[in-house]
Amino acid sequence: MLAAIGVESLETLFDPIPEGLRLRSWDVPPGLSEMAVCDLIHRLASRNVTSHASFLGGGYYDHFIPAAVDALSSRSEFYTAYTPYQPECAQGSLQSIYEYQSVICRLTGLECANASLYDGGTAVFEAATMSIRLTNRNRVVCHPSLNPIYRQILDTHAAHLPIEIVDGDEPQDAACVIVQNPAFLGDVADLTTLAERCHAAGALLVVSFYPISLGLLKTPGEMGADIAVAEGQSLGLPLGFGGPYLGIMAARRRHIRKMPGRIAAATHDGQGRKGYVLTLQAREQHIRREKAMSNICSNEALCALRALIYLCLMGKEGLGEVAAHCHSKAEYLKSRLGRSGSRIRILNEGPTFNEFAVQLPRDASYVADHMLGRGFLAGLPLSAVGAGGPNDLLIAVTEKRTRDDLDDFAAALEAETCS
Amino acid sequence: MQLIFEASRSGRRAIALDALDVPESPFPKALCRAEAPALPELSELDVVRHFTRLSQRNFGVDGNFYPLGSCTMKYNPKMTESAAAERGLRDLHPHLSTIPVYEPCCQGALALVYDLERLLAEISGMRAVSLQPIAGAHGELTGVLLIAAYHRDKGNAKDTIIVPDSAHGTNPASAAIAGFKVIQVPSDKDGTIHFDAFRSVLNDKVAGVMLTCPNTHGLFERDIRRIADLTHEADALLYYDGANFNAVVGQCRPGDLGFDVMHFNLHKTFGTPHGMGGPGSGPVGVRDRLAPYLPGPRVVRRTDIFTLETPPKSIGKSSAFFGNFLIAVRAYAYIRRLGDQGLKEVSAHAVLHANYILARLRGAFTPAFEGRCMHECVLTAAPQAEKGFKALDIAKALLDYGFHAPTIYFPLTVKESIMIEPTETESKETLDAFCDAMLEIAARIDKNDASLHEAPVNTPVGRLDEVHAARTLDCACL
Amino acid sequence: MNPKHLKYSENHEWVRDDGGAYVVGITEYAAEQLGDITYVELPQVGEGFAQDDEAATVESVKAASEVYSPVGGTVVAINEALDEHPELINKGPYEQGWMFKLEDVDVAEFHSLMDATAYDKFLKEL
Repeated sequence: MLAAIGVESLETLFDPIPEGLRLRSWDVPPGLSEMAVCDLIHRLASRNVTSHASFLGGGYYDHFIPAAVDALSSRSEFYTAYTPYQPECAQGSLQSIYEYQSVICRLTGLECANASLYDGGTAVFEAATMSIRLTNRNRVVCHPSLNPIYRQILDTHAAHLPIEIVDGDEPQDAACVIVQNPAFLGDVADLTTLAERCHAAGALLVVSFYPISLGLLKTPGEMGADIAVAEGQSLGLPLGFGGPYLGIMAARRRHIRKMPGRIAAATHDGQGRKGYVLTLQAREQHIRREKAMSNICSNEALCALRALIYLCLMGKEGLGEVAAHCHSKAEYLKSRLGRSGSRIRILNEGPTFNEFAVQLPRDASYVADHMLGRGFLAGLPLSAVGAGGPNDLLIAVTEKRTRDDLDDFAAALEAETCS
Repeated sequence: MQLIFEASRSGRRAIALDALDVPESPFPKALCRAEAPALPELSELDVVRHFTRLSQRNFGVDGNFYPLGSCTMKYNPKMTESAAAERGLRDLHPHLSTIPVYEPCCQGALALVYDLERLLAEISGMRAVSLQPIAGAHGELTGVLLIAAYHRDKGNAKDTIIVPDSAHGTNPASAAIAGFKVIQVPSDKDGTIHFDAFRSVLNDKVAGVMLTCPNTHGLFERDIRRIADLTHEADALLYYDGANFNAVVGQCRPGDLGFDVMHFNLHKTFGTPHGMGGPGSGPVGVRDRLAPYLPGPRVVRRTDIFTLETPPKSIGKSSAFFGNFLIAVRAYAYIRRLGDQGLKEVSAHAVLHANYILARLRGAFTPAFEGRCMHECVLTAAPQAEKGFKALDIAKALLDYGFHAPTIYFPLTVKESIMIEPTETESKETLDAFCDAMLEIAARIDKNDASLHEAPVNTPVGRLDEVHAARTLDCACL
Repeated sequence: MNPKHLKYSENHEWVRDDGGAYVVGITEYAAEQLGDITYVELPQVGEGFAQDDEAATVESVKAASEVYSPVGGTVVAINEALDEHPELINKGPYEQGWMFKLEDVDVAEFHSLMDATAYDKFLKEL
């Protein structure tokens, strides 16, 4: 090859780099064999504990992932493919995006969806800027139900934009009101009245939802939301210590041109065969540059595929069943913990889905620490995220917790809080 | 091929749970959805057949050479998939890092984050790295937010970012989200940034300059030290877009070139898979001046315990925890596998392969710039376009030869551009087969072979009507 | 090539004096550069622009372009047919593809635009 290029050595190819700027030395260890790397990673993995029965939620949940999700999404024609800019050789990618957009619409009761955003938190930011583009107003109202981490992400991303972010639920002069349902602390509400108030004031309603809950709960579409966003981790994605996750966004049809992210659409080829392409690309950064709807390029496509496969495996009846199990098991635990005579107080006043907040008679982190020794991840001490007092704990229950888990957990928690 | 919904049959179901082992607790009807979600009803085999068949309608690196310029479609080693599948990493709840008493449960993961951040810093000549950004563009945005925070903290009233006209669209898009105006500087005839034009727009309103090096023309910016010096004299910061890092990893370091802040694309340089467009990972690296502003909390080491601390002037959170952690795991395994010598060989072979392709093709095709290239070469199909065969036709024809097309129509600075990045993981046989196909296409163009306009014909569908798609906007089957 | 009775801007807009109102559109060159137009975002009736303000957007599959008001004025009418049929701009950029009409226009601004001959020359030099 060097001969064909007409140079004597590989070194010559790096002549464009000024001599004084070449790397002299660096502290990078020598390479290891595959066997040694495998061992290294395994040892790092073994220093983590994943054997506890988990009641930890706070936006990310321990749901069951059917084996077929991994098997199908690990087909290398999916995971080693690129963004489908050459649609003729990417119909697998494009049709799966179209199907994903479709199931998200069916799940949320809305009319269009994009191919994915990064995660639930950045999806809130994108919904805020989308609302600003649609209404030409610059105030964003954040309801207290919103996950405090999402609020932090929103603040970080909006820091240098002419946007006013306020707390509350007052839609006057606002581009949007952003509400989470179920709320971060677990409460479920009917947002229909809020949607009406928003629309009367010329504002949009953005709902941040929990995908599994929509197997059961009234949808953002039914309640009158304009934009719905979510963290899609609960749809067949492992907890993965923070990622990759899945930012979900759906909206009313009339808002589609201001929606960020990739969108797939159906069409046909010259022979009338049905096919799918990316569309409305003029919204995106590679065409619109500084005027784009968003700067997003890489998204979470493979995670969206996993979510699609999960929803197809669970199906119409299955998702409702998972939701019903999560809810019933949480209610069972709630009743065990909150029974009269118990020193554990349930903080939620109204209905909750699968997550609820309790006030313990002592420091929640102290209790959580001791519960580890009993084999439980007891939940999220709320003062750590600024969402409650030092004795408050957020407890989540998924379909994976058996009745024995629930009974043992309740007994252990009582023991830890009575002594 | 039918949609998944067309395979649906009432009553079928792939996954069912066991009978509920606690009393059933109905949810208040007023808060329930009116009907069950209209998801398809399928057996597991239905689902498996459908997605298996869909996958067979895709080109992936595992099956096809994928020389997309600027994308670095290198082979994704399978051992990185095994690394990410380790249950002790995969099943770990991220809030273990939120609560101090849970930190002992995730020491292995925190150690990995710490070590990868340290290695990336060492590889790039940066002081510190954060894994939080979830994609390259997200890393760019985080980097520009760091620049903005720095200037705001110093009380500097700077409102402009400079980018070259060859810049990737995410550069100006990210700058705009961070509240900056964007000024574009033209490229010189030789394809590098026009130095005098750059100097003329550098004033005290400029907060930062975003460059990639080598640039999107595949050329190393010779004037980089002068550019860095001038930028710093204007109290502006120099940003490195790491998209093209594969050309120089182990040969030089952005920190040593004078860059203050950068992002990495783990899904490019560090071999993590592209997943049909994501998930990627875009860690951000900084030198001393920007370190106090990094997103947090960050993993720190206290003797042999890993814990978390938030930098004093942190901009907050780009993402909730440590970005796409399981992607970082893959990159970590990749870096540990290659090591010092292996990483140097990556860039050496990446640059060798691109120059080999350029040498073989330059007779039949017109390079956009004179001389050699680095890890990618840019051709212009303008001469072919004059005969009625555009870059698009060449790209579509390549699909029929079983190759994914190179990048076309980017960078915007080159007419009918074709940007070819073979990467280091391909064999000479593959490079030769690709060049043979390109030369055959060139010969067909010379003979005015109209069948090129019908390409591709060997793929599941032919050229699709994108205008119809945009006008009808059928984006969901409801 | 370009209609003689129109005036042209360097941003490839044309203006026609309709006696009182001024009609604005984009030129054949601009339409060709964009390719098949898929969407047009028009201003609202009643909106006011200064010369060279961004007034509208035209989108195709591969590009999006701003349309700048070649003269200052107030919008009194928009071509609503473009909503369902954006392709009218490709078919007849100077007739059916008209975009919006302005009143309260400064005649001096109108006269400062290029005539057809000047615009043809301008195109050749691009």
